[in-house]
Amino acid sequence: MVEEIAAVARSAAAESGKPAISAAVTAALARVPRHRFVPPDQEHAAYENRPLPIGFGQTISQPYIVALMTDLMRVEPNHVVLEVGTGSGYQAAVLAELAQSVCTIEIIEPLAVEAQRRLQQQGYTRVRTKTGDGYYGWEDCGPFDSIIVTAAASHVPPPLIRQLKPGGRMVIPVGTAFLTQHLLLVAKNTDGTIVTRQVLPVRFVPLTGGH
Amino acid sequence: MCRMSSPPLAAVALLSAAALGYEVLLMRLFSIILWHHFAYMIISVAMLGYGAAGAFVALMQRQLLPRFERVFVAAAAGFGVTAIGCFLLAQSVGFNPLEMLWDPGQPLRLLIVYALLSLPFFCAATCVCLTFSRFADAPHRIYSFDILGAGAGCLAILGALSVTSPAGALQWIGALGLVAAALAAQRLRVRPRWLPAALLGGAAVLAINSPSQWAALHPSAYKDLSQTLAIRDTRVVAERSSPMGWITVVESPLIPFRYAPGMSLNAIMEPPPQLGVFTDGDGPAALTRYDGKSEPLAYLDALTSALPYHLLERPRVLVLGAGAGGDVLQAIYHGAREIDAVEVNPQIVDLVQHRFADYSGMPYSATGVRVHIGEARHFVMAHADRFELIQMSLLDAFGASSAGLYAISESYLYTVEALREYLDHLEPGGLLAITRWVNLPPRDALKLFATAVAALEARGSERPALQLVLIRGWKTATLLVKNGEVTSAQIVALKEFCHSRSFDVAYYPGIDPAELNRFNVLERPEFHEGALALLGPQREAFIASYKFNIAPATDDHPYFFEFFKWRTLPELLALKAQGGLPLLEWAYPVLAATLVQAALASLLLILLPLWIGAGRVHKVVGWSRWRVTAYFAAIGFAFMFIEIAFIQKFILFLAHPLYAVAVVLCAFLVFAGLGSRYSSRLRAKLHGARLQPLGWVVVATGLFALSYLVFLPVVFRPLLPLPDAARIALSIGLIAPLAFTMGMPFPLGLASVAGGSRDLVAWAWGINACASVVAAILATLLAIHLGLNAVVVLAVALYVLAAVAYR
Repeated sequence: MVEEIAAVARSAAAESGKPAISAAVTAALARVPRHRFVPPDQEHAAYENRPLPIGFGQTISQPYIVALMTDLMRVEPNHVVLEVGTGSGYQAAVLAELAQSVCTIEIIEPLAVEAQRRLQQQGYTRVRTKTGDGYYGWEDCGPFDSIIVTAAASHVPPPLIRQLKPGGRMVIPVGTAFLTQHLLLVAKNTDGTIVTRQVLPVRFVPLTGGH
Repeated sequence: MCRMSSPPLAAVALLSAAALGYEVLLMRLFSIILWHHFAYMIISVAMLGYGAAGAFVALMQRQLLPRFERVFVAAAAGFGVTAIGCFLLAQSVGFNPLEMLWDPGQPLRLLIVYALLSLPFFCAATCVCLTFSRFADAPHRIYSFDILGAGAGCLAILGALSVTSPAGALQWIGALGLVAAALAAQRLRVRPRWLPAALLGGAAVLAINSPSQWAALHPSAYKDLSQTLAIRDTRVVAERSSPMGWITVVESPLIPFRYAPGMSLNAIMEPPPQLGVFTDGDGPAALTRYDGKSEPLAYLDALTSALPYHLLERPRVLVLGAGAGGDVLQAIYHGAREIDAVEVNPQIVDLVQHRFADYSGMPYSATGVRVHIGEARHFVMAHADRFELIQMSLLDAFGASSAGLYAISESYLYTVEALREYLDHLEPGGLLAITRWVNLPPRDALKLFATAVAALEARGSERPALQLVLIRGWKTATLLVKNGEVTSAQIVALKEFCHSRSFDVAYYPGIDPAELNRFNVLERPEFHEGALALLGPQREAFIASYKFNIAPATDDHPYFFEFFKWRTLPELLALKAQGGLPLLEWAYPVLAATLVQAALASLLLILLPLWIGAGRVHKVVGWSRWRVTAYFAAIGFAFMFIEIAFIQKFILFLAHPLYAVAVVLCAFLVFAGLGSRYSSRLRAKLHGARLQPLGWVVVATGLFALSYLVFLPVVFRPLLPLPDAARIALSIGLIAPLAFTMGMPFPLGLASVAGGSRDLVAWAWGINACASVVAAILATLLAIHLGLNAVVVLAVALYVLAAVAYR
């Protein structure tokens, strides 16, 4: 799976002229046992580059998208990271491979309980889990160097922006179950001003067909 | 057993009514448990059960005809049982269309769903087809009862859906099947004697019992409503059901709805408490708590759709698609002088104004606000009033919109002609504001921009570039079209509006490239580049080379949400590993796949029996098998093409997508039924005449259809303000002669074929049924590419072909 992601990223990078997904991120993905984070009936497909259902109408993202989102967050070993929408716990595990600590919130209780169990079982002690409303972030855990919001949101919760450190980055996938349309990167400048970048996962040049 | 001399016409009519009702109902049921376009696909393919019955009867008639009475009763009861049972089984198969391209197990599940749902249609059609074979000398009578029944069925199902839930309507349809079986058992004197009473008893149990757990609908877990209800403490606080949709109002005390689409990242306020309003499980739209105080509504000023209020002074506003009231609250917050709000679904307005009056603060009866129940485009066309601002925002939910689910649904709200009408209803200096979701690469916003440019040019504007403004946030984009030139003071105001909210300007007259792409950074300023290209001389080339279809929608091509281009498909599929599939606009490829599946299945249903039964199906004098195929396929295609194209044309006039379909379909079927009755008299009258009866029929149909293309738009315009009843009566009057002539080719052909050999009757019926199903899908595809008028012209050509094939 990791080789496939690296290959996809390399080809995407070659087309776009942008750097591929960082080695640290691909290494993190290689270390996390993805099959432990999917329902038993999906284990056979755990390492395919595709999104998978995890119950309650939620999905675990396509590994390439996980890699891309993680890469966009630019996580450093001393970082404190917030995740809103734990889901299966897989993304939190990947982040825990890179960051000092990860705080993750899930609103659907059974998913939260299951993810917590999995993360503990896999020894991810640096991940703190919580069931509840992600809108107000996690004051006690923050401020955060980066935030990922995988829960659907009609707007970016202002409390999350507040809990993002200056220089911090927030990533929000925009789309529906199984279908991530694009990624929104919210960057908080050192002066506190906010800039967003909309990132299309695919290297797809749409404007005038002839590229 | 007694040999009957006349066919069980009442049972045929009842079954046809029930089968048509079932088709409409399945559309509702699958739109609720899955999504609209997949519903369309499933039902289109399942309808081939009709054609399969034709093949079945053609092959087995030697066995079936001697047992006609028992087979008819059994198949009718079979319809009743399978209509309910097969749907319940189909929804438990666990088909998830979202996983179609990932999970190899899904196509198999889809196949099972097709097979299950084709069974009820197969049963109903076996009855009708067998009746045609058994009473081959009276096709006109049987056909007239068949389609009169269908015509009644399309009105009856709308009535049923208005008074009961879709699950309740399913039980009624099952009961109708049993009633038809009872009528037939009585009429055909099928033993045992108590059979009719037992069947009626079964029907009564089904009809009276309220839908309980066993008949409950199980929407996909990936529907917005299902996902919301997975959150702790959420609960449904109100439900309404009508043919327009199943509305669910949800309260979520633990994790409140906070619907503020694309709110500025600079905003620090939280939206006030809201209830989520879901339609068919999609959404939500927000029903916002309002107590007359304006502070909690401040978030409405942090949306891109607030821009026009910063360029106009307390305008008189027309809100199109008012829904649960968000745009009206926004207008109230900004001190609009007068607000007219138009909403098509009365149940939503009722929920806001009555059921949740305390919560909503009844925004529709606030000072200066008037609410109108009606379709938005029609409201504008039928009223002479002028406004300073016409506001339309996000009439569709994000999830559905981003997946391209509306691509094959017509929309007359965003066509060039519609935008012209809106502009005509603006005061000088007034603004039309339309807000859409931002998607990447840009689709909605650029198509809308192209449509606005075309509308301005059509109104004679010499410099559309001076009348347009496009801004974008991270999630929404708002287009302003001004009835006049944008002033420098307005440009200052719009820049200030965008700057303070971190929205980007994408286009305004005289825009400085240095201002682009500052807050919500794209790799390239694609919205701006697109807008410039659409205003420049290279517009056509730009639209042609763009990877998505952004050509303006028109009333003849009313598919605003259709962005798909075939040549982009390989690239998206190749980018699957990089997450390219979400960019695929789903509905169009699903429609194309439906056509392929239906065509293949039809060939299987026609060619296979032709091959197997080659020895049995005898050649009739003058009617070779291929001639029969050509004739009955041609009239099947032609009938559906005309029906579907005129349904579209009347939607605009009758101003209601649903009731227009019901009225037009019903009128077509009823008058075609009457035409069918008359066909035998015409045949007798013209016996020996130089021009065959079919010749007269084709000439008349062609004249009516083609003259309507020219004549209807002219007639409709001045008559739009007429009351609903008058427009319905007029529509029926216009459809009557066309449908009357269109009802004749089928019985005329069947009578002629039956005159030679009864064996070919079921065969002809099956071909016609298959052609009708394929034609319904093809008509939409052709309308997307060629326009509705072309579909009508093609239909007339097909009738001419049929006349050639008719001996």
